[in-house]
Amino acid sequence: MSVRFVFKTSYDQDLGIFRDDVQRNWYLALLVGLLVLPLLIPAYVVDVSLVFIYGLCGLSLMVLAGYTGLVSLGHAAFLGIGAYTHVYVVHDLGLPWVVGVALACVVTAAVGVLVGLPALRMTGVYLSIATLAFALIIQEALTRWERVTGGLKGKAVEKPVVFGVHLGGDTAFYFLCLAFLIAGLWLTGNLLRAPTGRAWVAIRDSEIAAQSMGVNLAVYKTSAFAYSAALMGVAGALFAHKIGFLAPDIFTVLLSIQFLLMVVVGGLGSLHGALFGAVFVALLPVAISQARDSIPVWLSAIASPFGKEAGAATFLAVDQFVKKPGLEPGLFGVILVLFILFEPLGIYGRWRKIQLYFSTFPLYKRATFRRQKTYMRSERLR
Amino acid sequence: MSLFAADGLVMDFGGLRAVDGVSFQIEPGEVFTIIGPNGAGKTTIFNLVSRIYEPTAGRLIFDGEDITRVPPHEVARRGIARTFQNIELFEHATVLQNLLLGRHAHKRSRFVEELLFLPSVRALELEHREAVERVIDFLDLQPHRDNLVVNLAYGVRKVVEMARALCTRPRLLLLDEPSSGLSVEETEDMAFWIQDIRTVLGVTVLMVEHDMSLVSSVSDRVLAVNYGRPIALGTAREVQEHPDVIKAYLGG
Ligand SMILES: Nc1ncnc2c1ncn2[C@@H]1O[C@H](COP(=O)(O)OP(=O)(O)OP(=O)(O)O)[C@@H](O)[C@H]1O
Ligand SMILES: [Mg+2]
Repeated sequence: MSVRFVFKTSYDQDLGIFRDDVQRNWYLALLVGLLVLPLLIPAYVVDVSLVFIYGLCGLSLMVLAGYTGLVSLGHAAFLGIGAYTHVYVVHDLGLPWVVGVALACVVTAAVGVLVGLPALRMTGVYLSIATLAFALIIQEALTRWERVTGGLKGKAVEKPVVFGVHLGGDTAFYFLCLAFLIAGLWLTGNLLRAPTGRAWVAIRDSEIAAQSMGVNLAVYKTSAFAYSAALMGVAGALFAHKIGFLAPDIFTVLLSIQFLLMVVVGGLGSLHGALFGAVFVALLPVAISQARDSIPVWLSAIASPFGKEAGAATFLAVDQFVKKPGLEPGLFGVILVLFILFEPLGIYGRWRKIQLYFSTFPLYKRATFRRQKTYMRSERLR
Repeated sequence: MSLFAADGLVMDFGGLRAVDGVSFQIEPGEVFTIIGPNGAGKTTIFNLVSRIYEPTAGRLIFDGEDITRVPPHEVARRGIARTFQNIELFEHATVLQNLLLGRHAHKRSRFVEELLFLPSVRALELEHREAVERVIDFLDLQPHRDNLVVNLAYGVRKVVEMARALCTRPRLLLLDEPSSGLSVEETEDMAFWIQDIRTVLGVTVLMVEHDMSLVSSVSDRVLAVNYGRPIALGTAREVQEHPDVIKAYLGG
């Protein structure tokens, strides 16, 4: 491997959405791969479209938590508002599909502004608690407002009909989600390379300096909330079709924590991180159900040399334990804490380290990625 | 007419009067320095000027206009930029990104234009980049352009922070202890930068500084404060020899 130099001849080159041509070509290759995937392995199409929707959710929280430093524990509520708005507009009002998505986007953005207002006076943990409370209120509202939401009975969602075209098949839906994810990535990438994105990062790292450089904190915190919520709203519209049935208990705090897991595990402060995190969170339930079946077997195998009963008893006890319903939240919490402690730059950070290791071999220095404890400056209690 | 005037500034923190009736005027093109023992209220005066704190009493006049009530983000747009005693850079961004934020006060693109990254946004970004590159050349920051701030040495960070303030194209630059934490050589360099900022860029400087050799070499006038009260005003030499100042520094 050799060190790759990029020669820059104009400032314009720094304004591109990709770092350089090599990176752009990798993404083109990835895109081609995703385009032919449904032809090669149709069985996975359903799951991958969920990854795309999660990708949008990851982007949404990445803007707010990863780039602006405002950690929300209530993002599932925005997903819910988007989903219900879309379904109400399309099914109950009978308006076109695109209008449903557009309204989902606008309504969540407006709610995002309302939630963002108290954020102007709160930082760190207090803000997170406020968003948590907001999510609980929304969940309650979704349950009570039966005329619109169907209450606890829930609401069935039909397949999307976009511009008169029935997108009933899984493959069509896959491409629909992919298109939305790419659009989301492009728009977010645009904001991040423009003054708005810089202002968000500035607020994350030092509010007082941002202010002294002319950043209106109220305007940019609110815009981060609104944009983040709008992305969630669009994701919600797609999510509604994906799951085919809406009920208030889908948009729980647990889902919000999964979104947080996404951005922390993926790597705060990078768009790649949002996508890595989306893949991770989509694979997590699969891994958990696998583990549920195999862990009792393994442990009983370990215990069986001590006698047949010991093996059977271990199996029963462990089996009972891992099948307890409340285990997921605990597991999510543990993963979250482990990542914050040991891999604060997330999967994307690890990926960059591996890349650097190979491209600078044998000159790699451990100290290149010396741990920085000050990631979220706004989190420091001063 | 003076460029900036503070008139009877008072700042209370609960029962503590950190600034107690401070008035001064800064003439265009001068380097005006505030000195005083630790806790004298110097940084508080800076925070009042940049509107981070709401003064208990007093007025701030910049360029003939009363700015006592303008919001803090508006101060940069009027032409006042600052650095911080404990360096407030955006640590997880590159030097270039930090300096580009210094252009925020000159932002003209709108949200929707940026969302689509229209050609107009690209053109404005290039303009910002050129302005930033001029500052990079001026302060010799080329080798650090693409480094993350967290990876920079302390002395370089001080210069980057000053560069970021210059990127706003200020008419008045506030420097809070520019030499603190710097080596002797770095402090000498800092003295040259400050002189260049004044003579080449024509920026007026308001500075807080402890290092008396730096103060003497660059300041036109010096104001000494103690317990929030002004005690002497004059040239560096006059103020240093003032009996009240000597007493203040000896802990009298
Ligand atoms: N936000 C605040 N809340 C309460 N008290 C404060 C605050 N900021 C400053 N003070 C107090 O006001 C007084 C002046 O502080 P200031 O930071 O302005 O001093 P200084 O002259 O800059 O000192 P130094 O040379 O150490 O930087 C101190 O007694 C300090 O404890
Ligand atoms: Mg101070």
